[in-house]
Amino acid sequence: MVTTLPTITLLAGGGLIALLGAAKAHDSLFAAHAWICVIAALIAIFVVARQSGHDAPEREEKYMDGVIRYGAIATLFWGIAGFLVGLIIALQLAFPVLNLDLPFTSFGRLRPLHTSAVVFAFGGNALLCTSFYVVQRTCQTRLALGNAAWFVFWGYQLFIVLAATGYLMGVTQSKEYAEPEWYVDLWLTIVWVVYLLVFLGTLFKRKEPHIYVANWFYLAFIVTIAMLHIVNNLSMPVSFLGAKSYSLFAGVQDALTQWWYGHNAVGFFLTAGFLGMMYYFMPKQAERPVYSYRLSIVHFWSLIFLYIWAGPHHLHYTALPDWAQTLGMVFSIMLWMPSWGGMINGLMTLSGAWDKMRTDPIIRMMVLAVAFYGMSTFEGPMMSIKAVNSLSHYTDWTIGHVHSGALGWVGMISFGAVYFMVPKLWGREQLYSLRLINWHFWLATLGIVVYAAAMWVSGIMQGLMWREYDAQGFLVYSFAESVAAMHPFYVIRAFGGALYLAGALIMAWNIYCTILGRKRDEAPMGAPVIAAA
Amino acid sequence: MANKEVDKLSGIETTGHEWDGIKELNNPLPRWWLWTFYATCIWALGYVIAYPAIPLISSATTGVLGYSSRAEVADELTNAKIAQADMLGKIQSASLDEIRKDPEMLQFAVSGGRSAFLVNCVQCHGSGAAGSPGYPNLNDDDWIWGGKLEDIYVTLKHGIRFQWDDETRDSQMPAFGADEILERDQINDIAEYVRQLAGLEHDAEAATRGVSPYVENCAACHKEDGAGDPEQGAPNLKDAIWHYGSSKQEIAQQIHKPRHGVMPGWVNRLDDETLKKLTVYVHSLGGGE
Repeated sequence: MVTTLPTITLLAGGGLIALLGAAKAHDSLFAAHAWICVIAALIAIFVVARQSGHDAPEREEKYMDGVIRYGAIATLFWGIAGFLVGLIIALQLAFPVLNLDLPFTSFGRLRPLHTSAVVFAFGGNALLCTSFYVVQRTCQTRLALGNAAWFVFWGYQLFIVLAATGYLMGVTQSKEYAEPEWYVDLWLTIVWVVYLLVFLGTLFKRKEPHIYVANWFYLAFIVTIAMLHIVNNLSMPVSFLGAKSYSLFAGVQDALTQWWYGHNAVGFFLTAGFLGMMYYFMPKQAERPVYSYRLSIVHFWSLIFLYIWAGPHHLHYTALPDWAQTLGMVFSIMLWMPSWGGMINGLMTLSGAWDKMRTDPIIRMMVLAVAFYGMSTFEGPMMSIKAVNSLSHYTDWTIGHVHSGALGWVGMISFGAVYFMVPKLWGREQLYSLRLINWHFWLATLGIVVYAAAMWVSGIMQGLMWREYDAQGFLVYSFAESVAAMHPFYVIRAFGGALYLAGALIMAWNIYCTILGRKRDEAPMGAPVIAAA
Repeated sequence: MANKEVDKLSGIETTGHEWDGIKELNNPLPRWWLWTFYATCIWALGYVIAYPAIPLISSATTGVLGYSSRAEVADELTNAKIAQADMLGKIQSASLDEIRKDPEMLQFAVSGGRSAFLVNCVQCHGSGAAGSPGYPNLNDDDWIWGGKLEDIYVTLKHGIRFQWDDETRDSQMPAFGADEILERDQINDIAEYVRQLAGLEHDAEAATRGVSPYVENCAACHKEDGAGDPEQGAPNLKDAIWHYGSSKQEIAQQIHKPRHGVMPGWVNRLDDETLKKLTVYVHSLGGGE
């Protein structure tokens, strides 16, 4: 095909620049990353060249689903990798000897590997592939800009690999959830802008008169993440051939920019994006209309307007001026109902279909996801209240809060969406097994409950120990004593994480067999397992 | 395209839109949702009026309550200081012995001493003050530099072999092997004799050979019977408590090339009341003389 020549030229150009970077690099870390880019370019050239002789069969399909199939597999792959690293670092906290005294296996390097793997690799791929799936179907048109979607997918995987290898080698700009250095940030910016163009282009050529609510949320997520990513990562590289850079911001301005970014990564990546997912897959799976169009409009606009101001609640009782702390707190409180609008619309969509809870484990997962969404969007505003925050801040309570949102909401809604999409993407009548989904559901649910409960107890205990004064007015506990007291809860938390990981492994098996077209011989859900005597 | 229809299950009209089979009901906003949202907004407005909130050009509104988090911390600190002022004054003017004998002062000093200990001392001596090899256990009655209140106080103040303090406690045991003062055999014999002094299993013949080199080289500090001398920081060799281990090899190693522990002096880092509280606390741990 004619179109492959410019693609190969572009890839070769990129590979050549990477090769120059590798040759002239000022430090071994930058060189290692440049080599990874060289290898990625070579593989891409090879693959594109091999395909040039064939007509793409995909052209025949109504929708461009190949990239979504890859995305679904990447979601599962990175999910399991991220959960596994999470389990490892949970065990490292309980048993420090597991740090192995090696730099690249130490907690400090594995922790960003875990957070980025679950948020950006697992969550990001889930959002990428579901947004492509949803926007095509609700616009009744193929993705815009030809193969650009493939560039977005593979470009994003390269970003993940560069970020992950960077963490292990010790490359970091020390901004939480924005650890990758300047050149990886630049690459992600390019990928993200192309993603935005593909999404907007698809909306533009839609064959439906209106834009469906799921797409508003996906678009808000894509636009806002672009803005957050660019601003928070503004920095000056020490050399254009070295890994290190210095942030444009310093001191409390840096902290505020970072948490404006960090909080809205939660708000627009983990909330708005996944609400988009919920708004498509929940009514589809339940086969019911969305409860309230009006609610979806009001809660969408109030959510995105209010969320962007709430970041300063991460900096209560710090050098941040009081006025900014106040605004961070009141916007967080006002955010409560706009967040719950999504929960109401999700749960009420099921009215008339509640009986499906008994027979459909995918619906069960989605309902649990929305329930955890509701719980953590109540807990969040509550923790933003300064009086509560003075107890909860810097403790495991925060970790528990994040995980009830991440494991409960983000994880479960993504699992539900993947279970929904896979049979359709591969043209299978049904999933390999519904009963295995039920197993996944219960393992994951139990895992989340164990995890969150352990962190609540541990976090509140920690906060109380830190502020415990005796009758004479002296502090009762040292920091190390509070660490020692947390040990049993760290072990319980790791157990909860292991359950969650086990559920995801069962899912991987179920999806693998579904793709192969197998069907498990099992009693249908809802039927008694043992026939009545 | 407006294709409004009534949903059979709920009896509610749809908006008439449809996307890939998904329709939307035209339900109103739930009342409780709307009123709770309004309530949070009104509360937010009230809070913004009451507290510092709106940024202006060079400052921000201060709020009608005049709250400031810095003033709040300052207040809390002042109140905490006032609450302790009485007792701190007493501790300041009392001698260590008086503090120990007055139950009220003793309780205050032990409580405050423990608190200071947890911040400053646990890193070496452990949170239970039980020490570890090379770091003395403070719960027993074996004191390298003396266990009287005054001794502990001086050790805390000036430290041990702390080069930045001229009054620090200092003594060096010679490196008998490394500096070739004694032969290897002699060191082994002395080690056997030291084990004999401590009542540990030993080679009787070697121990007998070790007596005279011990008396010539060691007794000046550790005394002929091995009881040690707190004045010089020479540890007691007769008891069951060993700073660097009690095996023959460990003892011989210490004679060959001794390790010397260092403890920082705290006089420039902690105020005198805290040093006194720490002294009384450490003294109270079980082994104070």
